[in-house]
Amino acid sequence: MAVVRSRIKTLKIDGQDVGAHEDETILEVARENGIMIPTLCQLDGLSLVGACRLCLVEVVGWRNLVPACTTYVEEGMEVITNSERLQKYRRMIIELLFAEGNHVCAVCVSNGNCELQWKAQKLGMDHVRFTNQNPDRRVDMTHEHFVVDANRCILCTRCVRVCDEIEGAHTWDIFGRGENSTIISDFNLPWGESPTCSSCGKCVNVCPTGALVEKGKAAGEMIKRTEFLAYLTKMREVKK
Amino acid sequence: MVKKTSQRISVASLDDLVNVAGASQEQEQQYRYHICICVAAGCISQNSDAVRDALIAEVEARGLEDEVQVKGVGCMGLCAAGPLVRVDPDGIVYQSVTVDDVPAILDSLENGPVEKLILPQDIPFFERQQKIVLENCGIIDPEAITEYIAAGGYLALHKALTEMTPSEVIDVVTRSGLRGRGGGGYPAGLKWVTVAKAESETKYVICNADEGDPGAFMDRSVLESDPHRVIEGMAIAGYAVGANKGYIYVRAEYPLAVERLELAIKQARWAGILGNGVFSTTFDFAIEVRLGAGAFVCGEETALIASIEGRRGVPRPRPPYPADYGLWGQPTLINNVETFANVAPIIRNGSDWFAEIGTEKSKGTKVFALAGQIVNTGLIEVPMGITLREIVFDIGGGLPDGRNYKAVQTGGPSGGCVPEQFLDMPVDYESLREVGSFMGSGGMIVMDDSSSMVEVARYFMEFSMTESCGKCIPCRTGTRQMYDLLSKVVAGEASQSELNLLVELGDLLQNTCLCGLGKAAPNPVVSTMQYFEDEYLERLVDDNGSADEPAGES
Ligand SMILES: Cc1cc2nc3c(=O)[nH]c(=O)nc-3n(C[C@H](O)[C@H](O)[C@H](O)COP(=O)(O)O)c2cc1C
Ligand code: SF4
Ligand code: SF4
Ligand code: FES
Repeated sequence: MAVVRSRIKTLKIDGQDVGAHEDETILEVARENGIMIPTLCQLDGLSLVGACRLCLVEVVGWRNLVPACTTYVEEGMEVITNSERLQKYRRMIIELLFAEGNHVCAVCVSNGNCELQWKAQKLGMDHVRFTNQNPDRRVDMTHEHFVVDANRCILCTRCVRVCDEIEGAHTWDIFGRGENSTIISDFNLPWGESPTCSSCGKCVNVCPTGALVEKGKAAGEMIKRTEFLAYLTKMREVKK
Repeated sequence: MVKKTSQRISVASLDDLVNVAGASQEQEQQYRYHICICVAAGCISQNSDAVRDALIAEVEARGLEDEVQVKGVGCMGLCAAGPLVRVDPDGIVYQSVTVDDVPAILDSLENGPVEKLILPQDIPFFERQQKIVLENCGIIDPEAITEYIAAGGYLALHKALTEMTPSEVIDVVTRSGLRGRGGGGYPAGLKWVTVAKAESETKYVICNADEGDPGAFMDRSVLESDPHRVIEGMAIAGYAVGANKGYIYVRAEYPLAVERLELAIKQARWAGILGNGVFSTTFDFAIEVRLGAGAFVCGEETALIASIEGRRGVPRPRPPYPADYGLWGQPTLINNVETFANVAPIIRNGSDWFAEIGTEKSKGTKVFALAGQIVNTGLIEVPMGITLREIVFDIGGGLPDGRNYKAVQTGGPSGGCVPEQFLDMPVDYESLREVGSFMGSGGMIVMDDSSSMVEVARYFMEFSMTESCGKCIPCRTGTRQMYDLLSKVVAGEASQSELNLLVELGDLLQNTCLCGLGKAAPNPVVSTMQYFEDEYLERLVDDNGSADEPAGES
């Protein structure tokens, strides 16, 4: 009999023996096994960018930390998802985000329903040691139904990806670089004048913070729904 | 100068190469004298093109066109003394030549050298160098393929295509010990094997000529002075890994390099050296130049690929590495200009010849750009393993005005500062890393004891901050915070706890950033803190905000 290559991998995550398909990432396998690794830029159904660095994990014997969301499983690998060092890095990353933009929760329509706020609570980020950067970003209320407040944006690019990959409109993109990066609609037009936006609201629903919200909500009222993504992905897979 | 049309030659075979070389040499020999003037960036910025025009005009005015050839050549290295002019066959070099010196230079052909302009050739700057990459720089006309061929050019490509299998070529490169010159020092042979093994009909070769480090101009000089060498290296690589298409990604700030590359590619295509059926074999290879818009991060290989594809130039997580999944998803070999520039000589002279130069793990030579507080600023090529002391004090001529050496910064924004106690350390990839610095692409900035190391660290942090692509959080926001903290230290307003925060941020960035830019951004801070900690401490205020007891009288 010919030697057949195994497509099933066995590995350890936080000491737990787990089995996985070779096409799975560390993040997927961890989730299947009830091990929760914090994420922010990753969203099921969208392409992977590995940008937020929250999901970094240690692999025993590897020199560098690796993002769980973009790293595929390997036979025999030993993954550590929650060491003290990782927790500290994650707290600092959230802390840096809070220092970067306007994340004053009390006056935000997403208060209580914000992924950034949840992460901060969960990871124990209770104060910010860095000075606020106060970047010069825009608030745009020109759209009929929605508002963009780029000061609350954490540049996760979920809106960019959902609009491009799922809706097919590619209204959003990132403009500028480094600390001057900001999201723009089309070629930096007011959102309300966008010739490409179909007003589907997908970006609003995938946005983890109060950067993209519906008009007319008061503080704490904006609840995001991302279920549509899983549903659309599933249906598209079935059609294929 | 050589007329452009005479460069429309055809070389289908070894005989043709030899004939072209012979004809080119014969043409040279028709002249009694060759006045070579550097027309690379360093000298052009000191008006060498005006001097060249004046030389040509003066030769015509004296009716010497049949005897004296005026020829633009590439960089001769000692840019600080530019514009440089060499009169062959005697090899006398004149420095700081102006248009007014032109008549005297022509008089000298009869009356003997112009003493006041002579740049002696027996100084360590010239004697201690060993030239492989720069062997033709300053000698041949970069706009003439015939001169490249006369200097032995394209023989290696011909040899590879007609006498060697692709795996034999890779074998020679592997055994030579050549490592990537773009900074990381990854073994070239290993990368070539990986791309060769990748299964795909379509593969690409990319030459990384983005050269974004502040003060670096090694790659630029090679491209401006000897562009065919890079083309030859890429074609050999294409044959070895099974690619038929190459891209050279050059920053748009190098218009002269771009112009010469385009011309060289055209000449090679006319000659049958690029295009379908290279040297009448079955191997096809085409090269295109792509311009970058000068973002430092576009030198990072995945960002560079995104940029060639017409997307925003931001890095993506690796793996997959370009060797596996590169340009348009195809296996792609990406090497630096200097790496490719070493390939033809290695194929021509064999791997043993190359492996004998340098140290155990770092073979061959390295080109460095000397800058800062040093007498001989310019471009040098030295064998790996030479000591920093030799580079700074012998070749570089030491510091000007009797100043005292403090440190040399290598590796640009990703590197660190090497203090005096390591001056006798051999320069290679490993030892630089051991002392907390980095080979980088070859920038060397010498600093005297008046430089503030905190300010040096802040300068490089500012560079990384403004060049961050902004994709990942720790780099985008962390470089900003580190810069602000460094500014506070410089201003004498930082406390010990803020210094601790700076250290914590450095650790975060080194471990969590997506690409090398962010990961290496803290290096200048870490290294200056390691060797010059006092300079940080003496500027601190105590945690309540009042200044510490002044340390010493400064
Ligand atoms: C931020 C950043 C900038 C870089 N810039 C350059 C560059 O300007 N030129 C270069 O050759 N390599 C640069 N590199 C390294 C490339 O990613 C890549 O490793 C190199 O081109 C490989 O060629 P080599 O193996 O011949 O060195 C850079 C890397 C990083 C992370
Ligand atoms: S607007 Fe929202 S979804 Fe879009 S990049 Fe910013 S935080 Fe992410
Ligand atoms: S480390 Fe900096 S340059 Fe590299 S991907 Fe992250 S933000 Fe971009
Ligand atoms: S979730 Fe993996 S990097 Fe953001």
